[in-house]
This record gives sequence, structure tokens and C-alpha cells, in this order.
Amino acid sequence: MARIFKRRNKAQPQTDASLPAIAPAHIPLEAIRLDLDIAPTDPLLATLQNNHGVLDLDRINLDSPALEQMRQTGMSMVAPLFSQGELIGVINLGTRRSEQEYTGDDRKLLDDLTAQAAPAVRVAQLVQQQRLEARNRERMEQELKVARLIQQTLLPKALPELPGYAVAAYYQPARQVGGDFYDFHYYDDGRIGLVVGDVTDKGVPAALVMATTRTMLRAAAERLESPGAVLERVNDVLVEDIPPRMFVTCLYALLDPATGRFRFANAGHDLPYLRTADGVHELRATGMPLGLLPGMVYEEREVVLHSGDTVLFYSDGIAEAHSPSGEMFGFPRMHALMESHNAGSSLLQHALETLQAFTGPTWEQEDDVTLVSLECTLAAAAGETAGGAAPAGDDWQLLAELEVASVVGNERQAMDRVAQIVAGTWLAPDRIERLKTAVAEATMNAMEHGNRYHADIPVRISIRQSPDAISVRITDQGGGQFMAEAETPDLDAKLAGLQSSRGWGLFLIQNMVDELHVSSDDRHHTVELIMNRGEEKQ
Amino acid sequence: MTTQFREFQAHVRRQNGTAIVDLSGVLDSQAEAALEAAYAEATATPAERILLNFAEVDYINSTGIALIVVILAKARRTHLPLITAGLSAHYQEIFRITRLSDFMGIYPDESTALAAT
Repeated sequence: MARIFKRRNKAQPQTDASLPAIAPAHIPLEAIRLDLDIAPTDPLLATLQNNHGVLDLDRINLDSPALEQMRQTGMSMVAPLFSQGELIGVINLGTRRSEQEYTGDDRKLLDDLTAQAAPAVRVAQLVQQQRLEARNRERMEQELKVARLIQQTLLPKALPELPGYAVAAYYQPARQVGGDFYDFHYYDDGRIGLVVGDVTDKGVPAALVMATTRTMLRAAAERLESPGAVLERVNDVLVEDIPPRMFVTCLYALLDPATGRFRFANAGHDLPYLRTADGVHELRATGMPLGLLPGMVYEEREVVLHSGDTVLFYSDGIAEAHSPSGEMFGFPRMHALMESHNAGSSLLQHALETLQAFTGPTWEQEDDVTLVSLECTLAAAAGETAGGAAPAGDDWQLLAELEVASVVGNERQAMDRVAQIVAGTWLAPDRIERLKTAVAEATMNAMEHGNRYHADIPVRISIRQSPDAISVRITDQGGGQFMAEAETPDLDAKLAGLQSSRGWGLFLIQNMVDELHVSSDDRHHTVELIMNRGEEKQ
Repeated sequence: MTTQFREFQAHVRRQNGTAIVDLSGVLDSQAEAALEAAYAEATATPAERILLNFAEVDYINSTGIALIVVILAKARRTHLPLITAGLSAHYQEIFRITRLSDFMGIYPDESTALAAT
């Protein structure tokens, strides 16, 4: 593609075409740019490419639409512009104002001008291209932010607290933000609905369909009793509105905590696993994804959960993760990790460690990863004595996982969101303030020292709760950098100008929380802030 | 219920011999120039003391603490008393932990601070 530049005299259009260098100073000149695209098959292109000099249009004898168009607009001479051997444009001239022929000097001047103009035009083209690319990148980043925001806003802020059951959830969006979601529906009679879903596509469109589906599921679950009927209803509403080539896989289960009855239906989602004393089973129920075809029927199945049974819901982001050699994680590995999991430890932790060992440390997550586990710890079901010992081992519940971009000031966003999440716990308001300051300072350190304020490297924050403590882990990607031991800042020395006025961050963190743990591997650096329940004022 | 964090501002007014610096918004690294300008304005005319009014401050981070240290150091070099008002209970605690309260009177609000001698 070549662009045609023509210069003409503003006062006397079409009658004279002078280059600025030879134009009389008093005649105002105006550049007009004709967006004439020469088709790649046009023979004029080859002629221009093969001639590194000024060409008279009336001496070119070609069957060329572009040439014809140029003649019709009154052009008579063309000088190709080359940069590093590539034709990047042409300077085009009309006839002289005096209607005389261009002289040899004119042509020589035009030749010289062409040689000097070409690199400048090339630079301008590159600058324009870079601007466009930067604008596109910015727009895409903005879209990703919006998609993340939609998803994170709509994911549950807290996990269900069910007597006799432990629920845990993990959600990690891919950089391109897929359409994973999970949700919990609470019924007045104590039953609870569990949803795990995945919208095809990524980014904002997926996030919007996810938001719509989630709302439809909630509305349907309010009126309908059975998981199959809920999915049927949502499918019939969604199929009318969903954009072409998009659909939603979704598993919907209804648990009666009192009896352990676990009834489920499946709209094309990956099959959950149930681990019982007998082994690991797939929970199979047939059904088409939501939004593909109207009038679908969803099979409903039921199992009864007993003490020690564990159900794992997941999205294809884990099953379809790839190893560095291109091998897929796959369902046999999912099955195996359910079998190898030791009761009493965290299933999600085990699944993530298994996944990490498979994908290796350099894995660039391809899709969202969502895991929800439900473990039955019902004492009565296992014939254990009522009011038995406190649950051993893993009693940490994940409350939320957050991400903030490493951008100056975002520590306030991190602190605000952590505060919203822990507001629903036993942590007293004054201690929430302390935790906020510690989270802000630790996030600032992570953004600055770990991620060096690269906006595209997020700080990850996970908030967990056990009966005795709240833990906030703040992880950056500056692995291997252990935080220096904080020395108590000496205010007298600072006031006397003997010490920098700064250096308060770690000191503040240490003084705000009950425990501070720091760990690193070769890629990540994690600061864990702990608030103990025992420190609460009675 | 996301907290609205406002841009930092500092304005100086005078009451009797006290130069009152009203601070508002986020006191972090971005506040440095405005805070220093306000301190310069407050001390341009002789004052008996400076009152930093934190009533409208949304957030102070470790860099904000460092900026207060700089202001306090300047005031001490000219033997100018510096007092504060309007700090929330949380930030009062931080001023205690950092020992800033050893060098600056901490008053709950402006009228109490102005009434103190």
C-alpha cells in the first residue's frame, strides 16, 4: 500500500505544483493528502518499486487504475520514497503553474528532496504505528480491568459456614480473564445451592454473560426446587439473549446439610469428583451447555454424603492446563489427585500443588482456574460421638483471593477490599484498622520492591480464616528477595537529619499485626499477616 | 461501600498566633509538594505555633509519616511548636508507636488544640 502526497498552491489549485523548498515565500502552501491506495496487483506498484527516481506520468504506459486516477486528478510527475529498500510512499506533482515543463534543476531538486524526505516520512509512519499500537494495548488493558472487576465483584465474598461441612474455594483468573464463576444460594430451610460455571470466550463479553447467567441462576433458584428445573429455566431464558457462538457450562447442586443429600444436574460442565471410603467417583448427570438450544432437559442425580466424603468442583482451566512439553493435565490426573489427597489436609492446596508440579514454575496460566471443595465432617453420619474433638488439620477457609495491578496508589484499593472482606468476621473494628495499614504497607512493598511497579504484574492477596485467626497473604513476583529485618526507626536521628525520614513501612507492619511471616521461592515473595482471635479484647 | 480517597490538599489559615494547616485527602508520596508549600506559607508570616489539622485526611501511609517527620524536623530547627488535631484513634496510635506524639501535642479536635497553651 502506498500513499500519494501532492502539494498544490492554495490560491491557484491545480495550476502549479511546487515543492516547499522552491516555492516563493509569499505563496501560502497547503498539503493535500490523497488517500489513494495502490492495489498490490496494480502494475504501477512494480514500476515505482523498480525506479529510484522521478517519473513522468505521461511516459508510463500501463493498464493501471491507480495511474488513471492520478492523471485524472491532474498529476504529472511522481517521485517514489524509499526507506531501506522499501517503497513507503510517493511525492506527486501536478503541472507547473507556468505550464512549462519541469527543468532538469527541478528534477534534481526533487530527487534530493525525495532522498531526504523518505527517512522523515518513515519515522512519522513508525511513530503513528506505535501510537496506534499503544492505544490498542491501553484499550485492551482497560477491557481486562473491566472484565476482572465484573468477575471479582460477583464472586461470593464469603464462604458458606455449614455445621458439619467445610467449604473451600479457589479462583485465579487467567491474564485474559475467562468466564469462570462459582456461587452459593442460601435457602431458608438450611439447604444450600452450589454453582460452578464457565462461559466460553474471554474478557468483557464472557464477564457480562457470566454476570447475566449468575443473576438468572439466582432468580430461578428462588422459585424452583430441583437443580434440573433450575438449569432448564436458565437455559430457556439465556438461549434468547446470548451472543452467537457463546454458551455456558454449569453444574448446579443442592445440598441438604442435615441429611447429607446432595442432588445435582449438569449443563455440560466438567464432572465433579466424589471421594468416599470406597474410592473416587465421577458424579455424572447428562445435559447440554446453557444457551445452545431451547427446550433442553437436564438429568438429575442424587448421592448422600457421609462423614469424610469430599466433592471437588472445578473448571477446565485445571484439567486443560499444559506442561512445558505441551502435555495436558487431563482427567486421569484429576482422578489421581483426588485419590492421593490425604484426609485432614487441604484438598485445594493439594490440587494446586499437583497442578504446579505439572505445569512447572514458568507456566503462563491459559484459562481461569476455579476449584470449590465440599467436605462432609458430619459427626452423626460417621457414628462419632456428638460434640467430638475440634476438627484437626486443615481448618483454614479461603475467604477471598484478590489481585491488584502494581500501580502507585493501588495499595488503598487492596486495603479497602481486604477491609470489606474481614468486616464480616470477628475481627474488631480497631483491629481491622490496624490490618488495613499493614495490608497497605505490605502491598506497597510488593508493588515497589517485588513487581517494580510493572502495571501488568499484579500483587496477589489471599484472605483466610480459621477459628483462631485471620491470615492475609500478599504475594509479589520478586522471588528470592527476603525482606530485610526491620530495625526500629530512630526518630531522634531522623529529626536531627542523621537518618532518612523514611523507612517506616516494615516497622508499621510489624506493629500493626500479631504475627508476620515472610517466605520466598524463586519466583514469588509472600508476606503473611496474621491477626489472632486470642488478642481480641473480651 | 468503597472508600473514596480524595486528592491531597493543604490550606493555611490563621487564628491569633496559630497558623492552622488544614490537610485533606490522601497523605502519601504525592502530597509532598503541597505539604511543603503549605508549611512554607504557614511560616512565611511569623507564627507562635503550627497546628496540623488532620480532620479531613482519609489515609496516611509510611511515606506520609516520613513527610510529617520532615515538617517536624523543620519546625524544631526554628523552635516552632507543632501540634495536631483531628487524627483518628487509629492514626493517634500510629503517632504513638512512631513516637511522633513525643514531639507533637495530639489533640482530638481544633478547638481543644487552640485552647491548649
